[in-house]
Parts: sequence; structure tokens; C-alpha cells
Amino acid sequence: MAEITNEAQRTAEVEKDHALFLLREMLRIRRFEEKAAEMYSLQKIRGFLHLYIGEEATGVGAMQVLSRDDAVVATYREHGHALARGIPPAALMAEMYGKVTGCSHGHGGSMHFFDAYRRFYGGYAIVGGGLPIAVGLALAEKALGKKGIAACFFGDGAVAEGEFHESLNLAALWKLPVLFFCENNLYAMGTALSRHQAQVDITKKTAAYNLASSAVDGMDILAVEAAAGRAAAFVRGGGGPYLLELRTYRFRAHSMSDPDLYRTKEEIAEWKKRDPIALFQTRLREWGLLSDADLARLEAKIAAELEDAVNFAEASPLEPPENLLRDVYGTVRP
Amino acid sequence: MTYREAVRAALRKALRDDSRVFLMGEDVGQYGGAFAVSHGLLAEFGPQRILDTPLSESAFLGAGIGAALGGLRPIVEIMTINFSLLAMDQILNNAATLRHMSGGQFHVPLVVRMASGGGRQLAAQHSHSLEGWYAHIPGIKALAPATVADAYGMLLAALQEDDPVFIFEHATLYPLEGEVDLSAARADIARAAIRRPGRDVTLITYGGSLGITLQAADALARQGLEAEVIDLRTIRPLDSQTIMDSVAKTHHAVIVDEGWRTGSLAAEISARIMESAFDELDAPVARVCSAEVPMPYARHLEEATLPKAAEIVSAAEGMLAHHG
Ligand SMILES: Cc1ncc(C[n+]2csc(CCOP(=O)(O)OP(=O)(O)O)c2C)c(N)n1
Ligand SMILES: [Mg+2]
Repeated sequence: MAEITNEAQRTAEVEKDHALFLLREMLRIRRFEEKAAEMYSLQKIRGFLHLYIGEEATGVGAMQVLSRDDAVVATYREHGHALARGIPPAALMAEMYGKVTGCSHGHGGSMHFFDAYRRFYGGYAIVGGGLPIAVGLALAEKALGKKGIAACFFGDGAVAEGEFHESLNLAALWKLPVLFFCENNLYAMGTALSRHQAQVDITKKTAAYNLASSAVDGMDILAVEAAAGRAAAFVRGGGGPYLLELRTYRFRAHSMSDPDLYRTKEEIAEWKKRDPIALFQTRLREWGLLSDADLARLEAKIAAELEDAVNFAEASPLEPPENLLRDVYGTVRP
Repeated sequence: MTYREAVRAALRKALRDDSRVFLMGEDVGQYGGAFAVSHGLLAEFGPQRILDTPLSESAFLGAGIGAALGGLRPIVEIMTINFSLLAMDQILNNAATLRHMSGGQFHVPLVVRMASGGGRQLAAQHSHSLEGWYAHIPGIKALAPATVADAYGMLLAALQEDDPVFIFEHATLYPLEGEVDLSAARADIARAAIRRPGRDVTLITYGGSLGITLQAADALARQGLEAEVIDLRTIRPLDSQTIMDSVAKTHHAVIVDEGWRTGSLAAEISARIMESAFDELDAPVARVCSAEVPMPYARHLEEATLPKAAEIVSAAEGMLAHHG
């Protein structure tokens, strides 16, 4: 059964430093994406751009329970995960500008961030395509006797794909250390969950694979962090894979080209009342952990960092076209 | 030893030599492999190295990619090329792209083996020869060992590559007998092989069609026509040099390809000859391919569909009669 966790009582114990760190992480993603949207409208960023705004608590909360040794697999909506994993905003902005200094040398763009150093195995833009990769990464961890786990982020839409079902079964069958994070924002592009799933409780699907799962309010950063912590402990303890459903909502359209015709303004407004950043700020203020001055300092730091990121992206060179074929194969044969 | 035993010997050597190597696929363990290639390996290496998978081609092919990214040296067996269609997302969108798309940060040292081809009356869903599709994909290498020695040596060579390598084992080849020097180093997969030298016409082929091509060369020889037979061995990247050198000598080329003619590997080779050796040709390049039809079940219809030695002979005779 789904378990919606309420961590309110524990939140009072949150250290101020950590609380401000979580707030900073979420705020940084929000401001980064607002900047990205601005640069998209200026045509500095091209291609597809999928914003994560509204969902920040899920990625940030989940990322807190992962260590350097863990592998991360994400989707095309992965700006938040990349930032929360520690990839510098400048490398991400440069990537979206198509510059050689980007985190994927300009080969990936917004949907395909990679960072070997941080074990960020990429944004995958075929829905469901990242799940088998995460299963394999976990298989390698186990076979090599390493201590890492594989964390795999995907949306509710992916649950309809065969690769989701194949991967859950395989991970559970082989008891692999995979932590599946399903970020359920209630829509797969314009198709509402209830219009693409006969069973809308995603946690119920895992019973068929004998795979443990639970759900959490994805708008509550502390609840996400706590639930993710329990899920990670389960996986690290050898319990096999785990699926944590993060119930969230995207405030922006699916992508920059989506006119957002499939949901009402009222619905969006209703969800915005549960904006994870605003909610968290309110709580921190109530607990006396956040002042106006704290917030102003935070915003100023983030704004400066993003300005640097944009300047870096602007000033960075393009990869010379002579290098076009360089990374197709590792060993180039005559 | 047989072709099947040669693949098994290479698997055994790889599993012994490198603890990172493991084999996974449907029925590779307890069943012993759908074509008995991995027979006995589970007993020898145990279930940590020989992994039976569920019927989840996409998941276990993708898991092979992930395991390769994570530091292992997976060998994935897809039972037959027909079922590889269910894993095509992982193959094309992930295995082939990750090195380039990540700006060179990641690579996928993965070997995927699968049986291919027709000729066993298995009808329209179990007879595909789609090697040419794979040869279309930048980021992977595609091998089609046609001899027993290559079945052994090319698999070992594939395991030395840093990129995904797909090996197509034509299903009719498994019982083929041949010589293998098990102490020999791995094969050189950068080069095509000249299986029979000749001066009059170049017959270019790969994989399961080598047998009929050599038969055709024998038949031509009885008429005093000396055909040179090229076994491509590696179909991506193609060894164009060996082809062009031969065409420069014979001035005639016939391509034998079990794939369907339209958009085939044969079409690619023909285009390359036109681009690089147009002036050497005394006649248009000819192609002997499968008829463009879903493979029929009835024996006579299947025979009518697949390339035949007699068609190769008449293609060669035709061009030599007109222009020779
Ligand atoms: C296999 C596949 N089919 C269709 C698409 C087009 N597409 C891109 S995103 C998307 C919706 C995915 O929804 P979900 O998994 O819930 O993720 P979200 O976008 O909500 O984060 C679709 C249909 C795709 N990229 N891949
Ligand atoms: Mg969704």
C-alpha cells in the first residue's frame, strides 16, 4: 500500500545550515531554469527545453541521500538533478548554448547532460530508456563488490513503457541495488495520469514484481528527503530495489513549445499554492530559521552564480567542426 | 571443431582470462543456449558469470550497456536477430550514442551476439537478415564471422574493443566444421579476407552467404572464369580498400547479400565502388540479394527468396559475356 509520509514533527529538528542548503538547492534550480527560459526566448538556447519548475523538492530531496559512489540516471527533464548532483551551472548553461565547454561538449544539449566525474550517467530522452541502464549499473556495482547503488529518475509517463516493467522485474529478480525515483507530475506531456494508467496508484504496480515501494508528498522537501533516506537504506541494506513515487506537479508547460491546453488555469493555481519552495520558506520562517536578510543573501549569491554561468557560456568557444567524428569510436581504425 | 564449438571456445577463453567478462541472455545457462553455443558454461563458470535472463530484450541489452558503463565486460546473447528488434531502442539510442553524446566521457565496451538469417523454413518472423541495418549505425561495430576460425578469433577481437560490437552468427553456420588454432591470437577485424583469389570477377559477400559464393566461384572455375571471393568479415566499418584493390584487378563486381535489395548493405558497397572505382569497371556492379518479400515458409518459396549460387554464376557470366 502507498504510504504518504508526514514528517512534520521531525522538521523542527532540522539544522539551520542544512535547511538553508536545501532551500538554496531548490532556489538555484528555479532561478537557473528561469534564466534558461529567458535565454531560450532570446534563441541562445535551442532545441527542446523541459523545465522542472514546481518539481524541485523531488530531485533535491532525493539527491541528499545519494553519495559520490552512487550512479545517477535521469531523463530529459534533468536540469534539477544535474544541479543537485553538483554539476556547475556554468557547464550546464554552456551545454545548452552548444559550447565545447558544456558538460557534454555541446553534443547533448538540454536533454543530455553527462558528468563522468560525478557519476551522472546522463539525461535520456527516450521515455523509459534510462531504466535498463540503471539496472546494469547496479549489476556492475554488485558484481564488482562496490558499495554504490544506482538511482534512476523517470516520470509517470515512463510507467506505461515496457522498459519500466522489464527493468523492475529484472532488478527485483536479481536483487539489484537500484533506487527507482518515479517523479509523478500527473502528466505525460498532455496526457493526464488517469488517461494513461488503468491503475493510477503507481506504487501498486510494483507488487507484481515483488518490489518494495512507497509514495511521498513531492512538494515537501523534508518529507522527500526522509522517505528517500529510508528507501536508500533499504537498498543499501541489501533489500533489493525500491521504488519511491514522488507526487509532484510541473508548473510550466511540458516544453517551451507546449501551449498547455490540456489542463485548467485553476488546477495549476491550486498546485501553485503548494509550491515546494514557498512552502519550505514559510516553514523555515515559522521556525525562525529564515530571515528576510538570509533570503536576500541567498538570492544574491544565486543571481551572481547564474550571471557567471551565462557569461561563461557566452564567452566559451564552439567545438571545431573538424572534431565532429572524434568521439564516435574510441579506436579509430584506418 | 564446429562453428558452434568455436564460439563456445572463445567464450570460455574470455571468461577464464578476464573476471569482468560475463554472459547473459535468454536460456544461455540451464538450457545451454538456444543454439547450444553456451552448453556447459553454467556448470563451469557458475550463475554469477552465466546469467539466464527473463524475456526482456530491452532490459537486458540495456543492462549490458549499464554494466559496461559500470566497469564490467558483458557479452549479451540475443537469441536471434529477430528479437533484437525489441531492444532496438537501447541499441540505437543508447549503446551507439553514449560516447559521442557525452562528449567522450563515457564508452560502452559491450559485445552483443545473435544468430541471424534464413534457410531453415522458419517463415517470416524468424528468418531476418538485418545485418545491413546494424551496419548503418555510427557508434557500433558489426561483425559477421563466416568461418569457424573467425567465429573464434573475431569474438576474442570484439572483446578488445572499447565500443559496442555486434556479432552476427548466421544460424546455418553453427554445425559447420573447420580448423581453428586455439592458440592463435585474436583475428584482425579491420580487414576483409580474400577467401579465393581470382582475376576475372570479384564476388563480395559476408556471413551466411560465403558458402554459396564459394560454390559459385567453383562453378565459374569449371568454365575457365577465375572469381576472387571477398569475405567482408566486418561490415561496419567496411574495409573498402580490399574491395577497391580487387575491383581494380578484375574490373567486375558481384555483391552477394542475404538482406533485401532495397537499401541493403549491397547497395552501400555498390555505391562505394561507383564512387571510388568507377573508371575500373568494365560493367555495372551486379547484386544478388534476397527477394523483397516476407520470408515464406514453404521450402521451394524460401529457396526462391534466398540468394543462390546459380544466380551468382549467371550474374558473373552475364557481365563477363558482355564486357569481358
Ligand atoms: C519512447 C518515447 N515516446 C514518446 C516520447 C515523446 N515524449 C517526450 S516526453 C513525453 C512525456 C513523458 O512523460 P513523463 O514520463 O511523465 O515525464 P515528464 O515529462 O512528465 O517529466 C513524451 C510522450 C519520447 N520522448 N519517448
Ligand atoms: Mg509526467
